[in-house]
Amino acid sequence: MDFGFSLSPSSAVNLDNTDMSLYERLCEREPGAKTCMACGSCSATCTVSAINGMSVRKVILGLQRGQFRDVEKMLSRCMLCGKCTMVCPRGINTRHLILELCRLYGSKEGEL
Amino acid sequence: MTMDRKIVIIGGGIAGMETAACLRDLGWTPVIVEQSSALGGHVAEWNCLFPDLAPAGKLVDSLRAKVEGIEIHLDTVIAAINYLRKGYSLVLSDGTKLQSDAVVFATGFSLFRAEKKEEYGYGIYDHVISNKDLELWFNTGSDERVPDNPKAVGFVHCVGSRDIKAGNTQCSKVCCITAIKQAIEFKEKFPKAEVYCFYMDLRLFGRKYEDFYIHAQKDMGIHFIRGRVSEVSETIDGRVFVKAEDTLSGKPLRVSLDLLVLMAGIVCNRDNDRLAQAVSLPLDEDGFFRSRDNVSQLTLSDKPGVFFAGTCTGPKTIPETLAEARSAALAVNEYLKTLK
Repeated sequence: MDFGFSLSPSSAVNLDNTDMSLYERLCEREPGAKTCMACGSCSATCTVSAINGMSVRKVILGLQRGQFRDVEKMLSRCMLCGKCTMVCPRGINTRHLILELCRLYGSKEGEL
Repeated sequence: MTMDRKIVIIGGGIAGMETAACLRDLGWTPVIVEQSSALGGHVAEWNCLFPDLAPAGKLVDSLRAKVEGIEIHLDTVIAAINYLRKGYSLVLSDGTKLQSDAVVFATGFSLFRAEKKEEYGYGIYDHVISNKDLELWFNTGSDERVPDNPKAVGFVHCVGSRDIKAGNTQCSKVCCITAIKQAIEFKEKFPKAEVYCFYMDLRLFGRKYEDFYIHAQKDMGIHFIRGRVSEVSETIDGRVFVKAEDTLSGKPLRVSLDLLVLMAGIVCNRDNDRLAQAVSLPLDEDGFFRSRDNVSQLTLSDKPGVFFAGTCTGPKTIPETLAEARSAALAVNEYLKTLK
């Protein structure tokens, strides 16, 4: 039946049931991920960010909030140019981070 | 010039003690007037100090040793101060009269009363405590509000600080680093607990502070969430339910915790009003004492013979307070030398 309106699902993040397992596996492979302070240098300098919304900052945050689908979409847009690694003030190897994450998404180990 | 000139120091916290010790070293006769029953002020109630986790008790003990032999009035407040032609005449609450050539205000700060932020539920819910309560718990291990095996704990930054409605525009300066220190200590005690810090900005200005933050992130796995906690409620099983915005993702965020620690800020000592009036000194809008100059003359007031040391002129760290206390002692020394 059409009531002329629909309910949208809540966009709230509930940390009580957020799945952090992928984030934790990534941190084992690239511990630098934990030191992100969300400055946004990576996104600002990203070659494709302005075109398709890729952002390493958002990738890390998305993993911390259990939003795997959004992260996956962003990963496919990365060109692995490595400019983000150059500008990261915390020295996070963001290119390696993205690569490892792609591996986790692609492998059974990282099964979602 | 006579060297038996007397200086009354109001407040026996770390600023008052350090000023007194320096003035005695310079050859003068300091007197400490302290309203509580022991020297040490807020620091005496603390457990460990950032950024090296040095025991607070050790610092307080060393300062107490430095002021041994100095005339100290405990459990005493200033009943009246009068400016006479030759210095100040003070009457203490126990009736003692003191003549002094200079007065140093080392009256410190008050910790913001967390129950004023009613939406955080301090004094209402079973598992909401303040930063000071946690330090006391580190000291004594006894506080019914701290659960035995917490799975999740949250730290709320800026409680009463940067809050115009709470009457305090100022940043308390030390809470960010204190929250990180306490989060690390808590995680060390309960390695399996998830620890969340809710912040607006992280203001880690001091040497080693940023390293401490990186340590908290990288080695301790503490989660930092940018967003001010908007409200706290209690769940049916007695846990604490917290609402905030995850401002980095722009989404509302919810989490239930076993313990919530409120980082109560540094606010002006409410007694400042009375003391300022007694010597006709103006207070700043934020209730702290006004220095003659906020860059180069922090320890000087607008009155001859009245000086400031420590947090009575605004939030400060312990090293800053101690350095300022020494600076105040030198300023007093200069002033006394000009008296005939």
